[in-house]
Parts: sequence; structure tokens; C-alpha cells
Amino acid sequence: MMRRRIVAEYVVPALTLVAALALWEAATYAFKIPRFIMPAPSAILGEGWEWRYRFIHHTWVTLYETLGGFALSIAVGVPLAVLIVYSPALRSALYPLIVLTQSVPKIAIAPVLLLVVGHGEFPKVIVAFLVAFFPVVVDTATGLAATPPELLDLSRSYRASAFKTFLKVRLPMALPFVFAGAKVAITLSVIGAVVGEFVGSDAGLGYVILSATSYWKTELAFSSMILLSVMAILLFGAVSLVERFTCPWLAPAGEE
Amino acid sequence: MIRLDHVDKTYRTRRGDPVHALDDITLDVGENEFVTLVGPSGCGKSTLLKLVAGLTPATGGAISIRGQAVREPFPDVGFVFQQPVLLPWRSVFDNVLFSVEMLGLDPRQYRKQAGDLLELTGLGGFETKYPRELSGGMQQRVAICRALLPDPSLLLMDEPFGALDAMTREEMSLELLRIWEERRKTILFVTHSIPEAILLADRVVVMTPRPGRIARVLPVELPRPRTMDLEFDPRFKTASDEVRRLIFAPRMATR
Repeated sequence: MMRRRIVAEYVVPALTLVAALALWEAATYAFKIPRFIMPAPSAILGEGWEWRYRFIHHTWVTLYETLGGFALSIAVGVPLAVLIVYSPALRSALYPLIVLTQSVPKIAIAPVLLLVVGHGEFPKVIVAFLVAFFPVVVDTATGLAATPPELLDLSRSYRASAFKTFLKVRLPMALPFVFAGAKVAITLSVIGAVVGEFVGSDAGLGYVILSATSYWKTELAFSSMILLSVMAILLFGAVSLVERFTCPWLAPAGEE
Repeated sequence: MIRLDHVDKTYRTRRGDPVHALDDITLDVGENEFVTLVGPSGCGKSTLLKLVAGLTPATGGAISIRGQAVREPFPDVGFVFQQPVLLPWRSVFDNVLFSVEMLGLDPRQYRKQAGDLLELTGLGGFETKYPRELSGGMQQRVAICRALLPDPSLLLMDEPFGALDAMTREEMSLELLRIWEERRKTILFVTHSIPEAILLADRVVVMTPRPGRIARVLPVELPRPRTMDLEFDPRFKTASDEVRRLIFAPRMATR
């Protein structure tokens, strides 16, 4: 039975992927598709390998911007959610503003931001942050509000301070929600960093995609995209892993 | 121990409409007495518990515990709700310690009592489990241990067995009686179940809704320790018929 599960969960998708790549490869040769329109997987791999040392630098830059934006979105988003939940006045003051920042397309802000903040990695960090912090705020606020009222009554009947109740009850209760927001935020941060690079940069995977396509080097753009998605998947996995360690009680029964 | 003197409670809903929850409640509860409050939904039973615990102020009348007026949360109290509301990230053992932690006491000094309580409620060996690994009945036992750990003189129970299946429910009622025989305290117990109210109580407070009023306070003259067999005792039947009549008669009359 175990064997059948492994086949279904890993072997089948892997075979499908290989078959799709083979079909793609064959099609580019059979129909003589120009490489700048649709390069063969082998050409993409070859070009990527050629660029391996330069890619280290560009990947690092994008990773740095992504992580910077993500860290900021958590560092700002969680306290903001706390303020919103605890103070009705701040809630009515801040919530419309937060929603407003979300209604402006980030791609539209990016050029202005770069104009204001200047060049380098920092403005990309800001764009990544602006894209990513919204789900963190919303999910954390939802989590903090989800504490059963009975638990709050219980804490109050024991005359525990609001801070103690926050630390021992509400914050841990909200933790799974914070992680749900963080998982969305990390993938959005990657998008934000790339958008920032598109607008104006001289390094990073987004920069590579942009400059490669302007020189008709499509295979280079493709290898850059693959690196980006691998990075996004690994980052998502890392956040999930941290969640597993911080919230072990969430693991389904029998999986510990 | 508890004295409610012409207590009145009106609160406002979110839309601002006033709701008259309790009307002219006068009740004396003695030291170590087991009193059950029974009545249909909306008769203010839960509100009454909150008033006694000092979680919400009365709009009229006076409440005192041991002669002291209740003006703020009264900490010498244990609360058990319909849902166990345990902390999912804490083990069973640490959930029991939660009450003393919130009271600002040193949890290390309560480890032995916590173990004893879990043993007493049949949860020995489950200390390191997470709440979600337990059945509903077991989770509720943990919640009872949590309430009992600081050894409060007053236990407020708001339909504690209401979410359990009928069999577990009977088992838990008897268990609660056993615990109460061993560690006497004053208990105010809210329930929808007439047999449960009679089985447990020294006195049954029958309430009617809208606004919540006390229809009658009924002493239960059944010997202790009590068992399930009491349901066949003619006095049990007389008492439950009486409670049923008090609850349903006013409704019939208005039809």
C-alpha cells in the first residue's frame, strides 16, 4: 500500500513533468521554432549553466530584497494588527489607510518610489514590503480577534493583566493565522522584489529577465524565471518549516 | 456565601436595543452548597454566573460574596464553560497549570496538585497530550481540573456537559459529584437538563425567560451519595415533574 502511495504522489507527477519537457524539446525541433520565441529546455538549461557564477550574484540580490521586504512586512504588519485589534479608535483611523495602500497597484507606485528613495536594493525592499504586508495585517488581526470570549472571561476572572492575556492567550492563539499571512507574504515579496527590479535596477533576477529579453536571449530569461520560482518555493517551504517548529500542535495526529 | 439581593440586569445589543436579561433576582447560596440553575434558553442563567463572577456589573440590586460586595472580578472562583476552551498549544498538564499562572501564582508549586487532579479525573497518563488528541469528555475534564487547581471556594459551571453526548454526560455528572464529595466547594451549575439539575443539586433554581426570573427554588430531598438509580426514585420523578410544570406552565398559559 505504501508503495502505491509513493507511486501516486511522486512517481506520477515526476513522469508527467519529464514527458512534458520531452514533448516541449521535441516540438521545438520538429516545428523549427526560433529559440528567441520558445527555446528548448536543453537550451535553457545550457544557458543557465553558462551563467551559473553570475546567477549567484543576481539570485543573492533578489533574495536579499525579498527577505528584506518580508521581514519588514512581519515587523510592521504584526504590531499594526495588534494596534487595530486593541484600539477601536486606531482601527477606524488606520484601516481605511491600509486598504487604500492596497487599492493602488504596486506596479504603479514602484516608479514613483524609485524616484523618491533612489537606486539600489532599498527601494525594492520597500516595494516588496508594500505588496506583502497586507495579508500579514489582515490575518494577524483575524487571529487576534478569534480568541474565544470564554478564555478572555477566564483571564479576566483571574485578574490577569491585559498584557499577560495578550502574551499567554491571544498571541499564541493568533500564531497559526500569522503564519497563514506570512506564507502569502513571502510569495508576494518575491513578486514585489521583481516588480521593483523591472522598474529600474542593475542587478537581480528581474533585471536579468528584463535585459535578456531586450537582447532576444529568451533562454536566459527562462532560466532566470526558473530560478525565481525555485526560490519562491524554497522560501515558502522555509516558512512552512518554521511554522511546523513553532506550532507543533497543528500537525495532524500521528504525524509527529 | 453568595447573596443576590433584587438583582437586575439590562444590557444593550450591538444595535443598541436594550435587553432585560434578569429581573429582580434574589437568592442566597450557602457555603459548600450545590445549586443548579435550570430553565429554557434566554432566561439569563449565563448572565447570572457572569454577574456573580464580577465580570459584568448588575444594573440594579446588590451582589455580595461572604459579605463583600462584588464590584470587580472575584478571583477565588473557578469557571467551566460549555466548550472546554483549552489552549491548543499547551499539553494537558500545562493547560491545567494555566489557571494558577494567570492568577500570578508560581506554577512550580502546583505541579503535584495538578498531577493529583488529573489522576482523580482519570486523566493520568495523558499529561503530555495535546487537547485535540483527547475526546470531548476528556477535554472537559481537563477544563474542570484547570478550574479546580487553585482550589477556589466557588465553582461556576455554565452548561459544562451541554456539548457532550448523553452517555458521557451521565458519567461526567456522577464524576463531578464524586469530586465534590472529596473537595467540598460552593457550586453554581447552569443546565438545560432537568434530570441533571435534580441529580446534582441541593437546591434547583427554576428560571423563566424574558426577562429572566426565578420561578421557584426547589430543595432536592434525595440522599447522597447519589447514583443514576435515583432516576427511578419516586421523589426524583415528583421533583422533575414539578420543575417541568414550572418551566412549561407559563408558556402554556400564554398560548
